[in-house]
Amino acid sequence: MAVAVRLALIVLLLLGPGGWGHTEPSRDSLREELVITPLPSGDVAATFQFRTRWDSELQREEVSHYRLFPKALGQLISKYSLQELHLSFTQGFWRTRYWGPPFLQAPSGAELWVWFQDTVTDVDKSWKELSNVLSGIFCASLNFIDSTNTVIPTASFKPLGLANGTDHYFLRYAVLPREVVCTENLTPWKKLLPCSSKAGLSVLLKADRLFHTSYHSQAVHIRPVCRNARCTSISWELRQTLSVVFDAFVTGQGKKDWSLFRMFSRTLTEPCPLAAESRVYVDITSSKQDNETLEVNPPPLTTYQDVILGTQKTYAVYDLLDTAVINNSRNLNLQLKWKRPPENGYIHYQPAQDRLQPHLLEMLIQLPANSVTKVSIQFERALLKWTEYTPDPNHGFYVSPSVLSALVPSIVASKPVDWEESPLFNSLFPGSDSSSYFVRLYTEPLLVNLPTPDFSMPYNVICLTCTVVAVCYGSFYNLLTRTFHIEEPSKGGLAKRLANLIRRARGVPPL
Amino acid sequence: MGLLSDPVRRRALARLVLRLNAPLCVLSYVAGIAWFLALAFPPLTQRTYMSENAMGSTMVEEQFAGGDRARGFARDFAAHRRKSGALPVAWLERTMRSVGLEVYTQSFSRKLPFPDETHERYMVSGTNVYGILRAPRAASTESLVLTVPCGPDSTNSQAVGLLLALAAHFRGQIYWAKDIIFLVTEHDLLGTEAWLEAYHDVNVTGMQSSPLQGRAGAIQAAVALELSSDVVTSLDVAVEGLNGQLPNLDLLNLFQTFCQKGGLLCTLQGKLQAQDWTSIDGPLQGLQTLLLMVLQQASGRPHGPHGLFLRYRVEALTLRGINSFRQYKYDLVAVGKALEGVFRKLNHLLERLHQSFFFYLLPALSRFVSIGLYMPAAGFLLLVLGHALELWMQLHEAGVGPEEAGGASGPSPLPPQAQGIGLASLVAPLLISQAMGLALYVLPVLGQHVATQHFPVAEAEAVVLTLLAIYAAGLALPHNTHWVVSTQASDRGWMALKLVALIYLALQLACITLTNFSLGFLLAATMVPAAALTKPSGPRPLYGTLLVLTSPAATLLGSLFLWRELQEAPLSLAEGWQLFLAALAQGVLEHHTYGALLFPLLALGLYPCWLLFWNVLFWK
Repeated sequence: MAVAVRLALIVLLLLGPGGWGHTEPSRDSLREELVITPLPSGDVAATFQFRTRWDSELQREEVSHYRLFPKALGQLISKYSLQELHLSFTQGFWRTRYWGPPFLQAPSGAELWVWFQDTVTDVDKSWKELSNVLSGIFCASLNFIDSTNTVIPTASFKPLGLANGTDHYFLRYAVLPREVVCTENLTPWKKLLPCSSKAGLSVLLKADRLFHTSYHSQAVHIRPVCRNARCTSISWELRQTLSVVFDAFVTGQGKKDWSLFRMFSRTLTEPCPLAAESRVYVDITSSKQDNETLEVNPPPLTTYQDVILGTQKTYAVYDLLDTAVINNSRNLNLQLKWKRPPENGYIHYQPAQDRLQPHLLEMLIQLPANSVTKVSIQFERALLKWTEYTPDPNHGFYVSPSVLSALVPSIVASKPVDWEESPLFNSLFPGSDSSSYFVRLYTEPLLVNLPTPDFSMPYNVICLTCTVVAVCYGSFYNLLTRTFHIEEPSKGGLAKRLANLIRRARGVPPL
Repeated sequence: MGLLSDPVRRRALARLVLRLNAPLCVLSYVAGIAWFLALAFPPLTQRTYMSENAMGSTMVEEQFAGGDRARGFARDFAAHRRKSGALPVAWLERTMRSVGLEVYTQSFSRKLPFPDETHERYMVSGTNVYGILRAPRAASTESLVLTVPCGPDSTNSQAVGLLLALAAHFRGQIYWAKDIIFLVTEHDLLGTEAWLEAYHDVNVTGMQSSPLQGRAGAIQAAVALELSSDVVTSLDVAVEGLNGQLPNLDLLNLFQTFCQKGGLLCTLQGKLQAQDWTSIDGPLQGLQTLLLMVLQQASGRPHGPHGLFLRYRVEALTLRGINSFRQYKYDLVAVGKALEGVFRKLNHLLERLHQSFFFYLLPALSRFVSIGLYMPAAGFLLLVLGHALELWMQLHEAGVGPEEAGGASGPSPLPPQAQGIGLASLVAPLLISQAMGLALYVLPVLGQHVATQHFPVAEAEAVVLTLLAIYAAGLALPHNTHWVVSTQASDRGWMALKLVALIYLALQLACITLTNFSLGFLLAATMVPAAALTKPSGPRPLYGTLLVLTSPAATLLGSLFLWRELQEAPLSLAEGWQLFLAALAQGVLEHHTYGALLFPLLALGLYPCWLLFWNVLFWK
């Protein structure tokens, strides 16, 4: 009996952890990652990504218990039936010519694009409410998003996650080029992180250093992803990204030596205890190619090689959760394979309605190799209504940056890798084909000067003078075009005639 | 206006106007000239003040100390330039890149309509080099420009050195909110024009240039720098731009602030600033400066590379380092500090410069005359053309006169026949004089090849001589058209013609005065008296001489003499004539290369108008 009991106990003990794991899988997980890329210009880019994955169907179930996933965003998803949400705040401009292609490109200012579920009946109302709520969450002026700066793109901005249908009616896109990003936007963003800025990589997010850079972009991406390989159910993924570029000239005096401390005035001490994975990648590709004396200290235990944005890259990997998993370097076949873009062009133009909606011009074009393509739009400058001028009208008015989305054929074919296993910086945009990679580029916003009345004294003077001139003109015109002559007064009024009649009757001489 | 609608009172008023017209005209003309001369005196000149809040209250501390570096750059630049004989593009690119700028080049070429003899160029091709300092954390929506023109005659190497040293210093600072473009142009203004056209993606002058690879948003302000020595005794500032456009007064105020702060000696039109404005000497000196400015502005030439920026609504001015025999000299550090201060303050701007005046006259750097105060001068002069009113009334009275004299009341029908003939007789002189103007505008440049084939002259000479020939041919016109015009013996014909000419002149002068006061005033001051006096009776030789002396060409010649007189470098007659010919060629050339409007304005507008008066004089 005792033996039996002991056996049963052993069986229980053996089964215990496994059985528990099957019935109650780890419902949410956090991965955090920092990529440090020395840029061709000598500057250094640092890209943080924090990814929280939650295996629950937020829209269907009434979820009340939140662990890693921020509650504020979770409630947002269920309340407004969101399919996807992408929000970015950027200060500065990514100089592709000098810095190379970015992992995450964003336009200057604030950008918000959202796919709603097809169960939403009044998309515009939800969009309006959502932007107001987000405005509160991130302390930003997103509440200025209205119909005048919202567009519904038809060709670009396809869903990045799982999607049943892509009826663009449920897509909304808006950019606020004037939005200034500062600490007040960073703090709420940091608060969404499970470890806040107490431990892990987020320790490095020190505002005074982050805002001492040439480029600063922070973003939030929410999308549904497959829970497992067979995609039987969905999970929700929240990615918080932050990219900064440190200026070599200002902080490094033109030298290429960097340390975490010099960049962030912090060092990494401990991983975030909630994180399932916490890694730092350092791009050491150039040190191999150019025989440059780029030395990484301490020497990396592992390296990671992959095709990133069409080029072969080597990264030194530092796993903060000790060196459990090591990515073996893979051998890759070099091959040239060009994918022909679709031949037929597509142009979608939606003209603006004054004060209701902006212009939208979408073009699907095939660019010949080594060519310059210029898309120009002719416009007229018009006077606004005088109440529509901003308090600083002479600053000019912003035209939102234009967007270029492209599938670029990759020089080096990458092997299809397990999406869950690859580093975060490589897996935001789903690659449809291993021979090409997705790029989205933004241009600078354009500052246009509209005709502006002088709102000060001379304006009033001009108005007054014009009025006087107009009045005088009328009179002078009269004088020049009419002739006047004197007419004899007529016989007089009715009263006089009556009086004369009476006088005649009386025989008295008339008046 | 009831006063004028009442026929009786109107007649009385008309009589009054007719009687008092001559003295009123004289009084008005004298008042106009006197008002203009009084502009330099304190009640009419005011102290300048900073209107822009973003630049006013905060001071900046200048830290530029790269004097040696600037001299080093300048030496290298001069050496490379001497070696290659042109702008050392590769060296400039390398150096700009080494100080941390994004560097781009732009090549351009331009075939001038005819050879430019003063600058000795015809087929021009060159390369502009510019480096952009990208402001951290800004999206390249706004920028400032520091430009140095390098011409064939002025090497400007010290300015290039200072530009590079400033770029190196600016690159190390983190406070920039606007991108800064450091632009070195070849063939001075032609290069600037090519760059500006490419930057704004327009083509207004037929310049061929490669598109720009790098841009930095809307340019908010620009400063052009010309230095030709390591030390300067003073900095001269030029504001007059193309077609008499002026930058916002705040930009000048800003520069003046840093002149005072750094203790620099700053001049305007090459004239020292009067200190004492309470006595008579200060205003008199101010008057000279003012007259010089009026002459410069009236010429409509870009008085430095900044002049071309103004067309694109970029506030700009040119600084010239002058090295004279004065004892006290400043080195490049002092100039660099002033520029650093100016750029840092411009960096603070939230909006374009718009608060202060765009229309002003400057008797001194710290004094200005606002548009409200100088306009009456031109207004009084134009009032003289109200002489047309008298003519109108005379024409009217000639029709109604006899009946009115008889005291008869009732309708006074104008003889319709006389009226009709009066108008018909105007068509021929109007058309012919306009055609002369068109010929004056088109033929010199078109016919230069024909002229060079048949006469032993160069192209530039041919253009100028054709210009003068057509101009003079216009004077022979009335005799030819005399018999064409109807033989109506009455005075009505010339009166109608003069009336039309007066109204035409008044309209043109008023429009010119509104955009370019100086030009309008100069033309009004010269043309108005002769125009008002001219008639086919009386001392005709006297009128004729007066009319010729005040024709647009004669005004140009007179202005040249006055200009050199005020600059204390008087001209002899022969020199004056040479300068006059050169100015004619320059005027035509600048119209074609930069789009200056003075030449078409004179050829198509004022010259035909003046011919009408000539026609009036020889009516009989």
